[in-house]
Amino acid sequence: MSRLLVCPPDYFQIDYEINPWMRRTNAVDPARAVGQWHALMDVLVHDVGAGIEEIRPVQGLPDMVFTANAGVVVGRRALVSRFRYPERQREEVYFERWFREQGYEVLTLDKSLYFEGAGDLLGFSDTWFGGYRQRSDIRAFPRLGEIFQREIIPLELIDSRFYHLDTCFCPLSGGELLYFPAAFDSYGQAAIAQRIPEARGLVVPEEEALRFACNAVCVGKHVVIPAGCPRTTQRLEARGYRTYAVQLDEFMKSGGAAKCLTLALD
Amino acid sequence: MTGSQETVFLQGHIIDSLILAKVLDTILMMGGTFDLQDVKIGATRDAASQARIVVRAPSSRLLAEILRAVQPHGAAIEREGDCRFEPAPAAGVFPEEFYATTHLPTQIRLDGEWVEVEGMEMDLGICVDPAKARARTVPMGAVTAGELIVTGRDGIRVTPLARPTERDVFGFMESVVSSERPHQPVIADIARRMQKLREWHQQGHAGAKVLLAGGPAIVHAGGRDALAWLIEAGYIQLLFCGNALAAHDMEAGLYGTSLGYGLAAGRSVPHGHEHHLRTINRIRAIGSIQEAVRSGVVTDGIMAACVRREVKMVMAGTIRDDGPLPGVITDSMEAQQAMRAEIHGVGLALLVASTLHAIATGNLLPATIPTVCVDVNPAVPTKLADRGSFQAVGLVMDAASFLTELARELGWRP
Repeated sequence: MSRLLVCPPDYFQIDYEINPWMRRTNAVDPARAVGQWHALMDVLVHDVGAGIEEIRPVQGLPDMVFTANAGVVVGRRALVSRFRYPERQREEVYFERWFREQGYEVLTLDKSLYFEGAGDLLGFSDTWFGGYRQRSDIRAFPRLGEIFQREIIPLELIDSRFYHLDTCFCPLSGGELLYFPAAFDSYGQAAIAQRIPEARGLVVPEEEALRFACNAVCVGKHVVIPAGCPRTTQRLEARGYRTYAVQLDEFMKSGGAAKCLTLALD
Repeated sequence: MTGSQETVFLQGHIIDSLILAKVLDTILMMGGTFDLQDVKIGATRDAASQARIVVRAPSSRLLAEILRAVQPHGAAIEREGDCRFEPAPAAGVFPEEFYATTHLPTQIRLDGEWVEVEGMEMDLGICVDPAKARARTVPMGAVTAGELIVTGRDGIRVTPLARPTERDVFGFMESVVSSERPHQPVIADIARRMQKLREWHQQGHAGAKVLLAGGPAIVHAGGRDALAWLIEAGYIQLLFCGNALAAHDMEAGLYGTSLGYGLAAGRSVPHGHEHHLRTINRIRAIGSIQEAVRSGVVTDGIMAACVRREVKMVMAGTIRDDGPLPGVITDSMEAQQAMRAEIHGVGLALLVASTLHAIATGNLLPATIPTVCVDVNPAVPTKLADRGSFQAVGLVMDAASFLTELARELGWRP
C-alpha cells in the first residue's frame, strides 16, 4: 500500500507572494479549502487505497500543507528540503522532526544548495528528473544522484508559472509521462524526448496545464487530478488509468494542487 | 591580446540532459569561446560526468556576463590563486624554482588580476613588478640580483593559439614537415602573405615586418639574385645572418665565386678559396658594409640591396668565422640581445638554409608569428615544428629553388 504524507490546511492562507499564482488580495476561503482537502483525502483513502500519514500543521506556516516540498523519501531515508525563500525555510525543522520521530534516517544537503523536495525531483524507477532554476539549485542533483544512486537529468524550468517540476511534469506508473513541454527549454525537451519515447509522452494542453493537470497523484492505475482538465482525463482513461477529478481551486490560489498536497513515503 | 578567461567546472548528468551542450552553446552565442578540459564521462548510467571548461571572451565585462549566464546551469567558477615570485639570488641567476616560459601568450595572476606577460619568448623567466602590476620576460643572463622572478606553476596561464582566420597554408595549424609535399601551393600562400604584409608595411601598420634568417647556402646554391630582388622590391625588412652569408654574397659580387666556386661556370677557380678572405679583408679596410656599398665597391647582391633599402641587419658571429666582417657581433649573448631587440613587429619569419640561425630565431619568436623554415635537411624544419607552434610551415627543399620560386610568384622576371 502506498503511503502519503499530508498536512491538514488548518492554517492555510496567502500570507506572502513567492510565485506568480499567489496574490495576497486573492484570499483563501478557509471553509472551502478544508472541504476540498478532505474531499481529496477521501478519494486517496477510499478510491485509490492509499495510506495517509499526517503531520501536525503549524500556525504561521501556511504552505506546510504542500508536503511534496518537505523532502524526498526513499526507503527509510529522508532527505529534507532546503527552501529557497525564507518564508518557507521555517518549515524545514518541523518536517525534519517528523521524519526523525518516524524513524527515518535523515539526510541534509549543504545549506547553500536550495532543493525543494519531491516538488522538483520526480521520475521512474531508473531515471529521475530534477527541475531547476526556479526553486532548486542544479548543483543539488549530482549530490542527490550520489546519495540515492540514481541518474538524475536536470531540466531547466523556464516559465515562472511552472515553478516546480511537479507543476508541469508527472511520471505515471505505466511508464508514460504527463507533461507540458513549453515549461522547458529546447534542451530540456530534447532530453525528455531522448528518455521518453513519443508514444509514452502525454502532452497536456496549455489551458489544462494552467489548471494544474500535471499536478496529479498517480498510485498504481489510479490518477487523482484537479477538476477542469477533461482532455487530460480523457487521455489518461484511454491509457487504462482510472481518473478522479477533485476540485482544488482554493489551493491553486497558492500555486498547488493534488500532487503538491502529498508526499510519497514509499 | 588574449582577452579574459576563467575556468568553470560542471558536473552531474550533464551529457544526456544536454546541460553541457547548453552551457557551451550559451558561451558561443554570447560571443565567447571555450576549451573543454578534463571531460570525464560517467562509466554507467548512474555515474555522473564532469567537465572543466576554460571560458574566454574579448573583454572582462563580456566574460562576467557569460559567467553569470552559465552559473545557474551549475557551472562553478574555479578561482585560481596568485602567482608566486621570489627575488633573484644573484645577477644572472634565477631562483631555484623559477618558471620557464613557452613561446605562447602567457598571463600571470597578480593580486587577483590577470596580467599579460610582455615580450613572450620561450625558455626565459618572468620578472614581475607588483607595484605597477606588470610582468615581462627576462633571459637568465640578464636578470639582476633582487629582481622578482615568478616561481612554481600557480597563477600562470598559457593561452593556446586561436585558429588563424586566414585560410592559407598557415591557417591549417599543422606542423607537418614532408619532402613529398608539393611546394608550389605553399610558396604561393607565402607569397600572398608577403604581398599583404608589404602593403601593410607601406601603410605604416605595426607587425608587418618580414624577417629572413639565412645561411650562406643561399649564395652557394644560387639564390642570391632572387633574395636581392625580394629585398629591393620591399618584401623583406629585417635580415638575420652570420659572417658567412654576407661574406659569400659580397665575394660573389667582387669575384663571381662563392667559396671559390665560379657561380656561372659551376667549377672551382684557381685560388678561389682565397676570394672570401680577400672580400672580408677589403670590407674591413673600407670599415663597413654600408660604406662598401655607398662607395660603389659592392654594387649588387643581398648586402647591397639591404643597404640601399635600409633593411636592418643583425649579423651574429660563430667560432669558425674568418675575419669577421665589420658589424658582425662576436659575443653570442650580445648577438642574441640584438636579435631580440629587432623581433618586435615581425609578422612573418622566413628561416632559410641555416640550422644555427633558424633555431636561434625560432627560439626568439612568439608562437603567434607565422614561420616558414626551409632546409634540405628535414631535421631543421622538424626541430622547429617540434616547438609546438601552430603557424610553422616546414619545407624540405633547396634554398635557391625556394627563393627563386617565391620571387617569381611575386613578379620577379630575371
